[in-house]
Formats: sequence, C-alpha cells, structure tokens
Amino acid sequence: MDKSTLKYIVKRIVMAVLTLLLIILILFTLMKFMPGSPFNVEKLSPALIARLEAKYGLDQPVFVQFFNYLKGLMVGDFGISLKLMKGIEVSSLVSSRIAISFGIGLAAAAVGTAIGVVLGIVAALHKNTFWDTLATVVAVIGVSIPSFVFALVLLLIFAVQLNILPVLYDVNTPIKSAIMPTLALSVGAIANVARFTRTEMIEVLRSDYILLAEAKGLDRGTVIRKHALRNTLVPVVTVLAPIIINLMTGSMVIEKVCGIPGLGMLLVAAIQGNDIYVVMAVAFLYSILYVVMMLIVDVLYGVIDPRIRVGKGD
Amino acid sequence: MAERDRILKIRDLKISFKTGNGSFQAIRGVDFDLYKGETIAIVGESGSGKSVTTKAIMGILASNGHIDSGTIDYAWYDENTGERHERDIVQMSKDELQKEIKGRKIAMVFQDPMTSLNPTMTIGKQIMEPMIYHYGKTKEEAYQRALELLNEVGITDAEKRMNNYPHQLSGGMRQRIVIAIALSCDPYVLICDEPTTALDVTIQAKILELIKELQVKKGISVIYITHDLGVVAKVADYVNVMYAGKIVEKGTIDEIFYEPRHPYTWGLLSAMPDLDTDDDELYTIPGSPPNLTQEVVGDAFAPRNQFALNIDLRLDPPMFDVPGSNTHQVASWLMHEKAPKVEMPESLKRRIQRMKKEGAK
Repeated sequence: MDKSTLKYIVKRIVMAVLTLLLIILILFTLMKFMPGSPFNVEKLSPALIARLEAKYGLDQPVFVQFFNYLKGLMVGDFGISLKLMKGIEVSSLVSSRIAISFGIGLAAAAVGTAIGVVLGIVAALHKNTFWDTLATVVAVIGVSIPSFVFALVLLLIFAVQLNILPVLYDVNTPIKSAIMPTLALSVGAIANVARFTRTEMIEVLRSDYILLAEAKGLDRGTVIRKHALRNTLVPVVTVLAPIIINLMTGSMVIEKVCGIPGLGMLLVAAIQGNDIYVVMAVAFLYSILYVVMMLIVDVLYGVIDPRIRVGKGD
Repeated sequence: MAERDRILKIRDLKISFKTGNGSFQAIRGVDFDLYKGETIAIVGESGSGKSVTTKAIMGILASNGHIDSGTIDYAWYDENTGERHERDIVQMSKDELQKEIKGRKIAMVFQDPMTSLNPTMTIGKQIMEPMIYHYGKTKEEAYQRALELLNEVGITDAEKRMNNYPHQLSGGMRQRIVIAIALSCDPYVLICDEPTTALDVTIQAKILELIKELQVKKGISVIYITHDLGVVAKVADYVNVMYAGKIVEKGTIDEIFYEPRHPYTWGLLSAMPDLDTDDDELYTIPGSPPNLTQEVVGDAFAPRNQFALNIDLRLDPPMFDVPGSNTHQVASWLMHEKAPKVEMPESLKRRIQRMKKEGAK
C-alpha cells in the first residue's frame, strides 16, 4: 500500500469518527424527545419515578446527560439496561447477540453474493436462452417474495417434514440452527446481486475492450476471466455494501420467525420498553457498521478499479 | 515493380444480420484483394458495411451476424519451408480462427482508443498478453518485447508506462498502445477501423504517419476503413468505395481522386470540406442510404442519383472495367457502352483540377 492510499484511509477514518459523534448526538437528542420513560409502570408513584430518574442521572439537563454518556463511551461503558434486564450492563447484553446476528447476516451475504454473481454471469453469457430466463425468474421470485415466506417454506420442508434442522434457534447447535435463517435471508441478496451482475456483465461484454480482447485471439474463457469479470465486479461491489448492511441489521423478521436471540429482537423490545441505553447502543452499533462498510467498500473500489485509486495519477 | 504477392482474396462475400425486425443484408457481394505491403482503403457512409466486412475477416462478427456466402482466402508462407499456404477463413472453425488468425496473422486497431483498452489492466499486461498467449513467451521475454514495441510506436518512458493504466494516458498515447498491441504478434495484415476519427487533428496526422512508417518497416499490409477521404488521400494505394453493402468503385488512389466515374464517388468527393471553393454551402448527397431489411431491386444508389437511368431501377449494375486501366472498376450502368454520356459536375471538375495542381507541387 503506498503513502497516498494510506493518507486517504486515515482521512476517511477521521471523517468516520466525526460522523459517528454526530450520529450519537442526533440519537441522544431523539431519544430524549421520545415520549415515555423506562420507569413508566403503573405501580410506581411519581415520587418513586423521580427518585429512580435521579439515581440514573436522567433528571439532569440533556447536555450534561450527553457528556456523561460520551464519557462512558470513551471507556467502553454503554450504560446499563433500565428495563429489559434491569441492572445488566448494555455491553454484555449486546455483545452476546452481536455474534449471532452478524454471523447469520454475513453468512447470508456471502452465500447471496457468491450464488448471485454466478447466476448473473451465467445469465449474461447465455443471454436470451433458457438459462437466462431461468435466472431471471429466480431473481424476480427472490426480489418479490419476502424472506420470512422462504423461512416458513424452509421450516416446513427441513424442520417439519424432513426433521433434519431445528424449528427454533438452539443456542447449543448454533451452526445447524443458523442454516435456515441464513438461506432464507440470502434469497433476496441472490436475486439482487444476480440481476445487477447480469446487467453489468452484458454491458461489459458489449464494450470495445472486450472486442479488442477477442481480436487479440484470446479464447472466450480468457476474455471473460481476465477482461470482463473484474470490470463487472466494480459496480457490483457498490450494491454489495447496502445489501450486506441490510442483511446484518435488517433480520428482525427472520429473527422473530426462527426465534433467534439476535440484535433485531433486542432492539424491538428495547424500543417498546423505552430502554434508552440499549436502543442507543444497538443503533450506534448499526451506525458503526454502516460507516465501516462504506469505508471498506471505498477502499475496495480502488483495489479493483485503478481509475478510482486515489492520488496516483500523473 | 516486383511481383505482387496477394495475401487476401475476398470474393462474393455476403453477410446478413438477424434483428428484431427480421434479417437484413449488410454485405451484398464484396470482392477485393490485398497484396503484401500495400494499403487499401474502404470508404463509405456509416452503415455501408465497411466495418462489417473487416470484422468478418477477423472473425469477430456480432453473434447475430452470419456469412451467407463467399470466400475470404488468406495466404501465408510457412516459416520453415517457405511453402505458400492458402486457406479460406470462412471455412475455418471458430477455434482455428481464434488460435491461428485473430491477433496473430491479422490484427486490428479500433476506432476509439478511449474505450478500446481494458480500464482495469496495466498497459504492460495488455501488450504482453497476446505474445504470452499465442507464442508461449515467458514474462521476461514478453516484457522486453513490449518495451521495444512501446519505443517503436513512439512512447517515451516506456518502462514507466508499462505500469500505467489506460486512464493515465492521453487519447493519442492510447491509440499508440492499441497499435503496439496489434503489432505484438507480428501480423501480416493490419486492419485500421477509423483509427483517427476519435482523435484531434494534430494527433491524427501523427498516428497516420506512425502506421505508415511501421508498415514500411515491417512490410505488412494495411486495410483502412474510413469515411474521411482526407485520410484516404494520405495513406492508401488503392481505394474501394462502398455503398449499401457493395463496392461501387475501386481503383488506385489517383484513379479515384482524379478520374472518379461513379456518381456516388462524385458525391463523396464533392462533400469533402474545402477551403478554396467559391460555394457558400457544403455539398451533401441528397437522401439517405436504403433500408437493407428489404431486398434492393436494381442499383441501391439509384434513388439518390440524379444521373440514374431507367435500367438502374430494375437491374443491379455489374462491375465494368474502365477502359485503359486494369485497376479501375465501376459498378454503374453509366459505364455501359449504350449508356448516355454523363460528365461529372462542373464544380467537382474544377476542384479536381485544383487538387491535381496541388498534388503536382
């Protein structure tokens, strides 16, 4: 890695940290504007609620609360859960679920990208034939049917009929339990990536440099591997980032259907219960994920496409 | 003059394309020859079939294109025995074409250097690729040869350029790279498809000079495809004027420029921009080329031809030899002995007179 690339990455990281700070501020303000309180229980008298709020510092002015929260963040203290698991540290509450949610999300992204790219390429290479139509049909089905429907179908086949996979997520067999939700989640990604790859590949195959590569007398396989593939993948990477993030964060429905103790379930429960620090932590985590993914993708572009490589032109 | 050695002989080539609106005949019987070390130009409007003809020679026709009939005989000498071989490219298998002809014996320079290089591969790799692929050269050998080629096509700083990507070079430089790639496997025939159209004028001249220089040095034959008669005048030995998938007039450069016989050639020459003319307006040939999805009856140019005869509407003219020349041929009924005598337009006559004077200087 040369100096200018390194400089670019450092600059991007500084920007990312600033972005995250801004996000915390906005999140915090939003949480404060939300109606209700974690202690909103009928049994508690107003005096008791006031005492509880004083105990956790919720009676102080918002900006004081904000700086206290920031101070905590600096040392990795995300506060404690005020409602869901009273008194448990948010960090431990969240960390036990990160691995499960992100693991399934990443696995689904990997499966979705791999199958999607292959499908897209096959479709593009056999444009207007049976294979192309088949790939298109698969893509349309994948895009238009929600993932939980697939989850239910898989459930019916593999858990109920064949009885080879657990119906609900079992913490003791994490890999076996993850197969079904991973597959269900990946269908949408497969469809999206396949459609996009197909369009890009067709575009690339029409370009002049592919004609030149053919005029060089290279065989079809070499032309595709060495000249078409990389140029197809550049734009595919752009759509990959949002797809991966969606899979890692947006699996709430699947988590519910398959009974996965993941981040999505936690977030929904925390919002319903006004458990502010838990909401903050999960939302913050999602933001970090976005920012980091975008950074990775931007650096990755440069690796694949020299035109975007920064500050190296003559 | 030494015996001319014919390396490409094209006869009665017919090519059609299948499209959503039915099939159309892009090439309707093309004949021409190419001799060693010589340059021919194929001129004509867009859609006249210039590029399609050469793509057929290269075997890179679009997948909906089909060679209906005709032969493209390619001749070469065995490197060891010196024996002359001749093969019909049309009859060759795809595999053979790819391994033996494309890039190796016949190479091509494309129109737009801005898009004809792979944007994600270094210049060096793109030049080395065909040598390694076809001749099994090692990376080091290919690298050395690529450096030589870069020097030959006039690129300074060759070593640095090897690691550059196309976007780091100017259009003129990129076209030099494309030429270097074309020459990398020492082809016998170089096809240049509008090689200077996308470049600005000062660079155009340099690229044309470069191609000419390399041609003389390496003794290769060149086919130019262009609609720019200015380019033709600079580079070609022989000219084929193409219209609606047929060659309508062919001859030496002097015959086409100074003694054109076909009304279409007259139109092309009149439509050339010229500073010394008294006319205020630039001449254009009226009408537009025919729709080739329908079968053309008679001479395809007849509807645009002010000199058209009745027979033009019924029968396609054959190639007539121009008396007193064994190179000049014209496909027009006006050449028939019974046809009324028609003179080229006065303004064109004056223009040719001027060109002759300038040429003599």
